[in-house]
Amino acid sequence: MNVRALTLILLAGPAGAQGFAGLGTQAEGFAIPAPGYAFDFPADHGAHPAYRIEWWYLTANLTGPDGTPYGLQWTLFRSALAPEDGSGWDTPQLWMGHAAVTTPEAHFVTERLARGGIGQAGVVADPFAAWIDDWQLAGPDFDQLEMTASGPDFAYDMALSAEGPLVFHGDAGYSVKSAEGQASYYYSQPFYAVDGVLSLPQGDIPVTGRAWLDREWSSQPLSGDQTGWDWFSLTLEGAKLMGFRLRQADGSAYTYATWIDPDGAATAYSDGAFIAEPLARDGARDIPTTWRVTLPDRGVDVTVQALNPEAWMAVSIPYWEGPVTVSGSHDGTGYLEMTGYEGTSP
Amino acid sequence: MTRAGLAALLSHWRRSPLQLFTLVAGLALATALWSGVQAINAEARASYDAAAATLGEAQFAQITRADGGPIARDTYVALRRAGWLVSPVIEGRLEGVRLIGVEPLTAPGGIGPVALDAGDDLPGFLGEGILFGRAEVLAALSGTGLRGIEAPDVAPGIALTDIGVAERLLGPGISRLIVAPAQPRDRPDLAQVAPGLVLQPPQAGSDIGRLTDSFHLNLTAFGLLSFAVGIFIVHGAIGLAVEQRRPMVRTLRALGMPLARIVTLMAAELLALALVAGALGVALGYGIAAALLPDVAATLRGLYGAEVAGTLQLRPAWWLSGLGIALAGTALAGGRALAQVARMPLLASARPRAWAMQSRRGLVMQAALAGVLLGLAGLVAALGSGLVAGFVLLGALLLGGALLLPVVLSALLATAEARARRPVAGWFWADTRQQLPGLSLALMALLLAMAANVGVSTMVGSFRLTFVGFLDQVLASELYLTAEDDAQAEALTDWLEPRVDAILPIRNVERDVAGLPAEVFGNRPHATYRDNWRFLQSAPGAWEAVDAGAGVVINEQLSRRAGLAVGDAVVLEGAAFEVLGVYGDYGNPIGQVILTEAAFERLFPGVEALRFGLRLPPDAVPALEAALRDDFGLGEGRMIDQAGIKAISMQVFERTFAVTAALNVLTLAVAGFAMLMSLLTLAAMRLPQLAPVWALGLTRADLGRAELLRALLLAALTAVLALPLGLALAWVLLAVVNVEAFGWRLPMALFPGDYARLGLFACLAALIAALWPARRLARTPPAELLKVFTNER
Repeated sequence: MNVRALTLILLAGPAGAQGFAGLGTQAEGFAIPAPGYAFDFPADHGAHPAYRIEWWYLTANLTGPDGTPYGLQWTLFRSALAPEDGSGWDTPQLWMGHAAVTTPEAHFVTERLARGGIGQAGVVADPFAAWIDDWQLAGPDFDQLEMTASGPDFAYDMALSAEGPLVFHGDAGYSVKSAEGQASYYYSQPFYAVDGVLSLPQGDIPVTGRAWLDREWSSQPLSGDQTGWDWFSLTLEGAKLMGFRLRQADGSAYTYATWIDPDGAATAYSDGAFIAEPLARDGARDIPTTWRVTLPDRGVDVTVQALNPEAWMAVSIPYWEGPVTVSGSHDGTGYLEMTGYEGTSP
Repeated sequence: MTRAGLAALLSHWRRSPLQLFTLVAGLALATALWSGVQAINAEARASYDAAAATLGEAQFAQITRADGGPIARDTYVALRRAGWLVSPVIEGRLEGVRLIGVEPLTAPGGIGPVALDAGDDLPGFLGEGILFGRAEVLAALSGTGLRGIEAPDVAPGIALTDIGVAERLLGPGISRLIVAPAQPRDRPDLAQVAPGLVLQPPQAGSDIGRLTDSFHLNLTAFGLLSFAVGIFIVHGAIGLAVEQRRPMVRTLRALGMPLARIVTLMAAELLALALVAGALGVALGYGIAAALLPDVAATLRGLYGAEVAGTLQLRPAWWLSGLGIALAGTALAGGRALAQVARMPLLASARPRAWAMQSRRGLVMQAALAGVLLGLAGLVAALGSGLVAGFVLLGALLLGGALLLPVVLSALLATAEARARRPVAGWFWADTRQQLPGLSLALMALLLAMAANVGVSTMVGSFRLTFVGFLDQVLASELYLTAEDDAQAEALTDWLEPRVDAILPIRNVERDVAGLPAEVFGNRPHATYRDNWRFLQSAPGAWEAVDAGAGVVINEQLSRRAGLAVGDAVVLEGAAFEVLGVYGDYGNPIGQVILTEAAFERLFPGVEALRFGLRLPPDAVPALEAALRDDFGLGEGRMIDQAGIKAISMQVFERTFAVTAALNVLTLAVAGFAMLMSLLTLAAMRLPQLAPVWALGLTRADLGRAELLRALLLAALTAVLALPLGLALAWVLLAVVNVEAFGWRLPMALFPGDYARLGLFACLAALIAALWPARRLARTPPAELLKVFTNER
């Protein structure tokens, strides 16, 4: 679900920009998500410029020929200053890309920014293509995609093939984010099989694995007292679990989870059913990279541990995002994202 | 003991306040002129650096179109999509301001932040538009209706805004692309993605910096000369003070004070004086710089398009260096005197050693040293190359000339003395010669000041003449147009065809020629070029041959740097062309090649002309301009009329002259002051020499008149001798320093009227300086003169 993009994108900008006026206020003129929305594909895979924020967010757990685990991230954010397309330089549509590769020893990350309206970045639904600069996530349809990205010290080229259906979170894709009712449209494709090549400083590495793509758009920022979040996407012996925990300024938390059966059938769990507790802090930034995650209704009681505690995303608005391993009641792999830890004690 | 010693030493200044004044004023003036010039230079450099930082030229590589035209937005997107991390810039002139549109999302750090730090309002910056710049720039652009935010970090004369805003105001087309320092691992070649674009590495020094080097060099030379003049004064004052305190030093030592402590005390005393005088000088220098800076800024803007802030900032590095130079100058001037005290035998005679006197042997030594220095100057002129050699040459020439002055004057006076028939005339010449050593420092200062004035005004004047001639040459057409794109260019030429005498398209591309960056121009054959262009060297019928496609003409820069002369071959795109002429080019630092239009089209197909020169009767220009504005919407900046440019250029030169004249007056004033102080000092010591002449029947008024006449004579002789030295200085500046800094040599012109006026000023300065001592002498009570015979002085 990546709630952090709500903030991240609004705060995005070149070095020195300290964010926009109006963060946390109502979405003047922007469309607002409402329950009972009928998704229309492939059109809804494309951009929704009437909404303030939107993203195409892909994470993958990969394995090299020698069994070494790797993590990969490809993300495109859209942020609108006004609810219109615009054209040329005068467009209000801004785009931001993040790409990363995590190995047990290293973490490579890079960022791109662009404005829409000139063709430098954008998303079209059919045939599907999402791009910023030379990075691309594109294919004949949403089930068959090629994915590329590159930075000063890494690059990758992956082929993705969906082996299951789209999964809708919350109430048929209407995902509530706080007790006050802030919400987004949110669906995922968690069933991609991946193979491709990672180009790292030590050389090219052929890899295979699984990828999870999140699609979300909204116009309302988080509620004002939410300080950060912890987001888990876990693959547990066939089934999958997505859960997040929004931390409140008063120390409490708002949680949500979706349990996904191997055939794609989804069950939503509202606030309180999903529990995530930090077990140990680690890394240069003293961030909780070991967690106890439980969903008693499904008999889940697992320890989630970062593959590389230093998976820090040193981008415009920094956060932690990296692959994890799961052990306990279930074994598996997944991705963990944590925001709001920079410079503060949670 | 130390306190008593110090009190004794300091009592000297109480008894001779004039000496103290001379010392402090001389040092303060020297420091003021030096640090004033440095302040101007520092301010200008800071402005260039700010401009380079604002434009990103210094830190980042740039991509431009090879022919200098605008880059299409699609080309930019194609580069980004190929993995090239570049950021577009649209820039142009609006209301006299350089408007720069940046793309803040892709701009590498160090460019956009100037704007964004100040604003924190990205939606505003991207949306309705915000201008960042200094107050005067925002005021000039108030007509745009955009919100302005004052940003002192933005270089003067520049406004920063979003690229979308810049496109609205200036029209489409990206001026250049800034290349981010970190690029992805694998990218296709630039030529593969965007043929016709060229990558330029970051420029360590900005173009403006290089272009204006010569100007600042000249200012620096001026400052250094002024400082040298001032140091002559200080040297004299300190030498005199030490000399007159010899008896005191002897007494102190006889009372048991160690020599080392005396020397230390004297050094400390000088240090304190130097600090006080240095501080005064720095303050004075600040005043001079603040007064001159607006003119210098106007000059630099007009001459080179370089924007320099018109107001001065107090930079610590600058005033520290001012104090430093004051200390260094004092050490230079006082070192020898202190060494003499340190070497003085305990029982040496306390009688003043007739400070001013120098032995014949000293004069011979001085002549020898001058000979060595002038020889060195000749050697460097013949063999040396480079800016450093140019400065060594300047230094050796000036110092050698100054040292030679007393020798030459002495010889002249001796000749005159030998020819004198009447006894009073004989006495006058002998007495003048006898006084020469005491006055020689002041005369050297006058010589240097005069030579600097002659040299610099010759250079500036030559520059002016040449530049005006050059403007006539390159601005031969009455009106210049720049079209926005090829379509408008075509429409313009169709429309203009029946309305003007001739349309001269200006096409150019940037290419490396003989391994050096150069511009290649394609000219349409026309009488305009034959009539107006003057060659430094050429083959007969050069333009006719160029028009026939037989060869090319090149500018002096290319000729000098690539060693190309008439008859040599230049290779363009694999085809060889004979050099038929070399023309002077005083407007740009890089090489130029001109060939005929047909040959240009063959070599560089597809390069269309966007700029045009139009020939028409001058009085028809305003009507045509109005019609072009109405029919094509051609705005300011796209039409330039020749008369306007020339008027601006002339204004620039008048401003330059204002600066030069101010510095001239200041150096002459310093030299006059040196003269006054020397004469006053001598007057007191000369009574024993004058008393017998008075006793023999010359009245005191006669003696006073003789004093005046002597000062005038010496000043006139010095002025005459300064002329060749000044002309040599001008030659070095024009033919050596300029060639090194600019790549071209200015033809030297002579301005006899100016020199005559200058000589008159020098004599006037000497006359004023001598007036007071002469008056004092004329009014010396006879009793004072009589005392010479009664007292055992």
